[in-house]
Amino acid sequence: MRIVNTKKIENCVYRLARKAGTSLTPACRAAMENAAERETSPACKFALDTLLDNARLAEKEELPVCQDTGMACVLIRLGQQVALTGDLLEDAVNRGVRRAYADGYFRKSVCDPITRINTGDNTPAAIHLEIVAGDKIEITFLPKGFGSENMSRLYMLTPAKGTQGVVDCIVQTVKEAGSRPCPPVCIGVGLGGNFDGCAFLAKKALTREIGSHNPREDVRAIEEEALRRINELGIGCQGFGGNVTALNVACEIAPTHIAGLPVAVNVQCHCVRCEKEVL
Amino acid sequence: MKKLQLPLSKEEVKSLHAGDAVTLSGIIYTARDCAHKRLFSLLDTGMPLPFDLKDATIYYAGPCPAKPGKVSGSCGPTTSARMDSFAPRLFDLGLGCAVGKGEMCEEVRQALMRNTACYFAAVGGAGAIYGNAIQSSECVAFEDLLSEAVYRLEVRDFPAVVAMDCYGESVYKK
Repeated sequence: MRIVNTKKIENCVYRLARKAGTSLTPACRAAMENAAERETSPACKFALDTLLDNARLAEKEELPVCQDTGMACVLIRLGQQVALTGDLLEDAVNRGVRRAYADGYFRKSVCDPITRINTGDNTPAAIHLEIVAGDKIEITFLPKGFGSENMSRLYMLTPAKGTQGVVDCIVQTVKEAGSRPCPPVCIGVGLGGNFDGCAFLAKKALTREIGSHNPREDVRAIEEEALRRINELGIGCQGFGGNVTALNVACEIAPTHIAGLPVAVNVQCHCVRCEKEVL
Repeated sequence: MKKLQLPLSKEEVKSLHAGDAVTLSGIIYTARDCAHKRLFSLLDTGMPLPFDLKDATIYYAGPCPAKPGKVSGSCGPTTSARMDSFAPRLFDLGLGCAVGKGEMCEEVRQALMRNTACYFAAVGGAGAIYGNAIQSSECVAFEDLLSEAVYRLEVRDFPAVVAMDCYGESVYKK
């Protein structure tokens, strides 16, 4: 048994949040540079170059890359050989978020859904806990903006729709979103599971590095086919009409019910900020 | 790249065409979801607005707090489509320009034509660049809304693209 005080988790969440808010992932930066090189539309090229300048400026001056510093998604994979001591895990995570958003001068974007009164400190975080083998704690921090989150969709397909139906859903979601989610987008796809589990798979897919592929050949084929078709839509960076509409499609799967084929499409803007650490 | 000084005259608006790259300098007011709701409550009850709409520019944005020594935090545009239901009435009341990101609806297109007004798209996600282009920032209404309050910003050389012009043309593919 390994004993870990949740203060360690709080500090880790703090570090990850501070770093994530002010920098794109290296894979995202590389994908944007690549997009700027192959984009043929002058308006999209202008927007992509502006965004790369912005990323450099943000990192240099430690400024939020985007003012939407997001809802804090915290994915924790907790080894079952770990015994936690100290404050409640949830409280520790929220304290890490609260401190990071205050010290980083990040925007506080969380509010009551009915009164719309802001909680004032960007908590609560959306915490996902998985118990896994081992004695390590893996923490992933994904600040998720809502311009793109708003464009996400969940489809409960019938099994008859098959993989073609799955790809159609992904492409349709991006098409309907158009210019609104800040393309070029990254798409996280959940396939299978149940209603709620499917949405989580899609979120988890967004934490995968851009350019990585699902190890299963048939899933990878869905990722590649969807990406190809999305980039034929002609939406382009900011919706200005270009040939780079998506940077990546990542799909995660789980077994589902014999009657169903759930597909969750989680849309992420081009500003991919995601930090991980293993304790 | 056209350098525009706000407020724009109707003649200047007429010289703009969808797809033109511009920079914006001058006074703009931030307002997003909650602020628009409050502005409409004021209008519906016959109360004065916190700023003069005539030829004004509204920026759909909610900034990050300013770091010490900075005028503003990061302040890029938010998705304009969420203001689709508010924008036509404001243009009819004299609003000159709106700045945001992404396409706006048919009713907005009609309002821009009817009022010789213009909608600009700033580059969504370039928050740090826009924050640094702000020369002064003052909260003029709804301070309790935090980042969603109305801020009067003086900006210099905001990069933008004419997204929808006064002729009904749009940079977005239909």
